[in-house]
Amino acid sequence: MTQLTPGSPLPEDAVPGQPGGPSGVATAARPDEGPAARPAAGWRLLLDSPVNVVSAVVLLVVLVVALLGPALAPYAVNAVDVPAALQPPSGAHWFGTDDLGRDVLSRTLVATRVSLQVAVVAVAFALVVGVGAGIVSGYAGGWLDTVLMRLVDVMFAFPVMLLALAIVAVLGPGLTTTQLAIGIVYTPIFARVARASALSVRVEPFVQVSRTMGTGHALILRRHILPGIAGPVIVQTSLSVAFAILSEAALSFLGLGVQPPRPSWGRMLFDAQGFLSQAWWMAVFPGLAIFVTVLAFNLLGDGLRDVLDPRQRSLLRTRRLLRAHRRAGVRP
Amino acid sequence: MTLARVARFLGRRVLHSLVVLLGVLVVVFALVHLVPGDPVRIALGTRYTEEAYTALRAASGLDRPLAAQFFSYLGGAVTGDLGVSFRTGQPVAVTLLERLPATVSLAVVGLLVALLVALPAGIWSGLHEGRLSDAIVRVTSQAGVSVPDFWLGQLLILGVAVGLGLLPTSGYAALTEDPAHWARHVVLPGLTVGLVAAAIMTRYIRTAVLDVAHAGYVRTARSKGLPAAVVTRRHIVRNALIPILTITGIQLATILGGVVVVEVVFAWPGLGRLTYDAVASRDYALVQGAVLLVAALFLLVNLVVDVLYSLADPRIRLS
Repeated sequence: MTQLTPGSPLPEDAVPGQPGGPSGVATAARPDEGPAARPAAGWRLLLDSPVNVVSAVVLLVVLVVALLGPALAPYAVNAVDVPAALQPPSGAHWFGTDDLGRDVLSRTLVATRVSLQVAVVAVAFALVVGVGAGIVSGYAGGWLDTVLMRLVDVMFAFPVMLLALAIVAVLGPGLTTTQLAIGIVYTPIFARVARASALSVRVEPFVQVSRTMGTGHALILRRHILPGIAGPVIVQTSLSVAFAILSEAALSFLGLGVQPPRPSWGRMLFDAQGFLSQAWWMAVFPGLAIFVTVLAFNLLGDGLRDVLDPRQRSLLRTRRLLRAHRRAGVRP
Repeated sequence: MTLARVARFLGRRVLHSLVVLLGVLVVVFALVHLVPGDPVRIALGTRYTEEAYTALRAASGLDRPLAAQFFSYLGGAVTGDLGVSFRTGQPVAVTLLERLPATVSLAVVGLLVALLVALPAGIWSGLHEGRLSDAIVRVTSQAGVSVPDFWLGQLLILGVAVGLGLLPTSGYAALTEDPAHWARHVVLPGLTVGLVAAAIMTRYIRTAVLDVAHAGYVRTARSKGLPAAVVTRRHIVRNALIPILTITGIQLATILGGVVVVEVVFAWPGLGRLTYDAVASRDYALVQGAVLLVAALFLLVNLVVDVLYSLADPRIRLS
């Protein structure tokens, strides 16, 4: 069962939904080819693409804004100024003002932190729980694997937003619930990715030999399994943060996520909904903030996959080589 | 022998779906019991009185032992009885069925939009790997995946409804009652759902085409001198259609479960909007029913897709 949710990896080289096939779509990097072996080469490949560089720079800016938000904001986020309500963008208010006269730019800047915080905490939760379960499942096999994977199947049967909504219904809206709900929703994806990688590493001859020679489970885990799954998990993390930001925005838009007076992009878009015909700026700018941040995470995730996936990687190397040859005047 | 194999595959697949469905049922049942505190008291909120409390508690069966509650929920779910709404007292199943057509009609329109965009874009991009047009398609689809669907809805309202004054911003009439009214109102939410889905589907379709385009039999067809158009039509596109069928089915299921926010933006009275209202008003029985129904639909579509897939491609069930 595969779900094309915004959160499942979007593979360039795998087709989803093949019944009976292995769950998960990650391609495990062989440990000896992984980025751990030659980190410098990996970085060079990553920074070779202008798209990756731009994405990284954008994310760096977003991170700075998240850290310094209130200091960068020209106005206090909740400074109500009713006479100045619904003003279009101007020199005084670059992004205009909302229905209460609050500065949209300031609110957009300050909201960056909470969006990133929710996404990062949620994905960290999903990563720890999911990867843990996935490794145990893939490495141990047997009935434990069956039980855990059926559990993952059950979780995949719930559409992402619906499961998040159900969790919020149970625990009540708020910041902690939002983080937990999104974290739970994204856990099975990490479990599948980690399991698929752990499985493929486990059957490698060098792991089998190591096992036969009496190497302990902990050492095999540290030396072979973890480096093997690092690549796919890093890629999945970048993509999941992107979609976690979208999920948080959706929950906050519905009034079930981050609660006022704390500004959030999703909530700002909800406030804009009632003024679409009067104040386009209320909807356009917070939405752009979400879009640009998510796009940067997605593009970087794609770039990371190209570098961390051995098949794509050799392709990239070949292209590099061809370019270098051309520059040097060598006909390939 | 082949027939027996098909039957065995189908049996295994159906059994698997049933096991997962049972798991879904357990999770949905557990939802209301995971509410910290007394769900009946929370659901009643300011309307709390001693009599209302006792009545709702008895009506929802929450005064009985846990095991008894579960088996009666299971039995009810099998026979189509999902309890009564905490808020309105209406049978949950009836309310859900009232809202189902709105969501299904929106999802189908969305899927059509998605196919109209994603099929040509994905196939073109896959056949022109590495070219400029491929890059444009890839970047556009990446952008589409990164757009919050409700924001896209707002932008469409801004541009088409407010700016050009062409279409209504919200509203709904059942397709069976007033098709023209329905059609005018389904365009914007349908585009919103469809364009986001198209972005995801384009990437998968591109991958499917690429996979086939690199297959050995395609190289053979080319090297024996078949014209490029024939190779494309007969060998690449036709074989890529099998995974594309799967992608389409899965996307339909995903749309069905993912339209919550879009339905809220356009005041579209479907299951998503219903779930949202139920969550906001703490109507746990309704939340349970809606989540169960959508998850079951999702499993059903997946099952149908897998079965179709195995019928279309014998290699799947043989492996």
